[in-house]
Amino acid sequence: MATMKNKRLDLSYSQMKWETIFKRILIVMSVILLFIVAGILVTLIMKSMPSIKSLGIGFLWSKSWDPVNNLYGAYPFLLGTLLSSFTALIISIPFSYAVAIYLGEYNPKGWLSNLLKNTIDLIAAVPSVIYGFWGLAVLVPIIRTFESKIGVAPYGVGVFVSSLVLAVMIIPYGASLGISLIRMVPSPLKEGAYALGATRFEVIRSVILPYTRSGLFAGILLSLGRALGETMAVAMLIGNTTTIGNTFKEIFFGPGNTMASVIALQFTEADHTVYLSALIELGLVLFFVTVIINLIGKRIISRFTNK
Amino acid sequence: MDARIKIRNTKSILFKSVIVFLAFVITLPLIVVLLYIIKMGVTQVNWTFLTKIPAPVGETGGGISNALLGSLIIVVVASVIAVPIGILAGIYLSENSRTRLAYYSGLCVDILQGVPSIVVGMVIYFWVVKPLGTFSALSGSVALAIMMLPIVIRSTEQTLLLLPDTLKEAALSLGVPYHRVILKVIVPCGFAGILSGIMLSIARIIGETAPLLFTAFGNPYLSTSLTKPMETLPHLIFNYATSPYEDWVNLAWGASFILLMFVLFLNITTKLLTRKWNIQL
Repeated sequence: MATMKNKRLDLSYSQMKWETIFKRILIVMSVILLFIVAGILVTLIMKSMPSIKSLGIGFLWSKSWDPVNNLYGAYPFLLGTLLSSFTALIISIPFSYAVAIYLGEYNPKGWLSNLLKNTIDLIAAVPSVIYGFWGLAVLVPIIRTFESKIGVAPYGVGVFVSSLVLAVMIIPYGASLGISLIRMVPSPLKEGAYALGATRFEVIRSVILPYTRSGLFAGILLSLGRALGETMAVAMLIGNTTTIGNTFKEIFFGPGNTMASVIALQFTEADHTVYLSALIELGLVLFFVTVIINLIGKRIISRFTNK
Repeated sequence: MDARIKIRNTKSILFKSVIVFLAFVITLPLIVVLLYIIKMGVTQVNWTFLTKIPAPVGETGGGISNALLGSLIIVVVASVIAVPIGILAGIYLSENSRTRLAYYSGLCVDILQGVPSIVVGMVIYFWVVKPLGTFSALSGSVALAIMMLPIVIRSTEQTLLLLPDTLKEAALSLGVPYHRVILKVIVPCGFAGILSGIMLSIARIIGETAPLLFTAFGNPYLSTSLTKPMETLPHLIFNYATSPYEDWVNLAWGASFILLMFVLFLNITTKLLTRKWNIQL
């Protein structure tokens, strides 16, 4: 009998040991995350040091990118990124607001609502390389005809077509957040407005939209973060040039490059230190910008959902 | 007075029509892309296409078996890396939501979610490719694993937070050790949610090209070695879509079709799964 008891005690001691080990494993796994993020940051900073040292801060607005002559300026890519992302954002906002209002307010339940919501989620599921391929085969010829009609050089590929495809790709991010936020508007607020004789449009304009304004803005930020970092579709559609046009028309309709696409297209070609390092510095800038935009967006959302 | 009400009502109806129109119009691009890929891709798929490697320039025929196998291997290895870390970290975050470590880890998950995929590829180039001295399938898997992590962690955390505390308390009060409570009670209860998170993350990374450009790199031959370059579906599509040879472009259409079908299948299955188990992701 005594031995039995001892055995049981032994068992529970070993269980207790396992308990501690298990808790430690959990902690280690969370610490790994800190190391990954810190590692990404440190790697990017260290590897872009040669370029930061030799090019300085002027790197960001110097206009020529000519690896053969050792000239590196990020301005064309900054401009390309900002132009394509913001154009995409402006195109996408009416659509994602419409989806959010329709599925959040007009038709929050039922099969049609579910079907539309799932279809919009699928837009985000299609791999970006497929959007790029489709754009190259279908959209570029159409844009080329359009461009020759309005009297700009008919490249087809360029900032404009990239923005169109980007706009489609980022709609789901703003929309799905907007839907859940609009559904969270307390019904007493809406009922109060209806009781005062407001029409549906007036309720949406003067109750729902003001109430969800900060959250919808966060949704826009998240879509913007997506658009800034999107690589493959843009790399296939933007035409990969490192020069920029002189007029806005040339820049907007002509080929260009974004920070992400120039990294994708030139990283494996970069054959000397400063060239490689300049590309990494672009990555560093991209990292900071997207991370900050994302964190601000997330912060707004969590404040919104906790109030 | 009546006229004013009429105007307001018309305005309201007009607004609704615009909203409905815009909300439905946005499904058009998806439908157009889907139909086009199906039209161009479905005729390419046959037995040779699935079992042969791409033919050299100038020869007809050939297939994408190297990319199919490569995508499979790279995604499986990425899951092997990311799933255990993701689930355990998710358990930590849901169990200790008030600690300082949980706050910073949660912040890191948010940051990882926002990192552009091309930046991940670049960093892994320096972490894995440079030390090993060659592009390799393994480095591609590591890059994709980092992309998977935030999704697996968040879905695990969210699922476990939804489980009632009484479940855990009942098990603990029976004298069950903590790790057994988690592994035998909590995780099985949230299994469907965790699984759909994993499936969603796989659906997301299998189409990723950018992190593979400087890691798995691509390989025109069939390769199963983790330490050698390997072809993947999205990379093959990118490479061949921009090539000037019609045969290669056709291979890319076929590959797009297969990739798209797989991604849609995973997404729809996950949707059905989450609806059946009533999980909010």
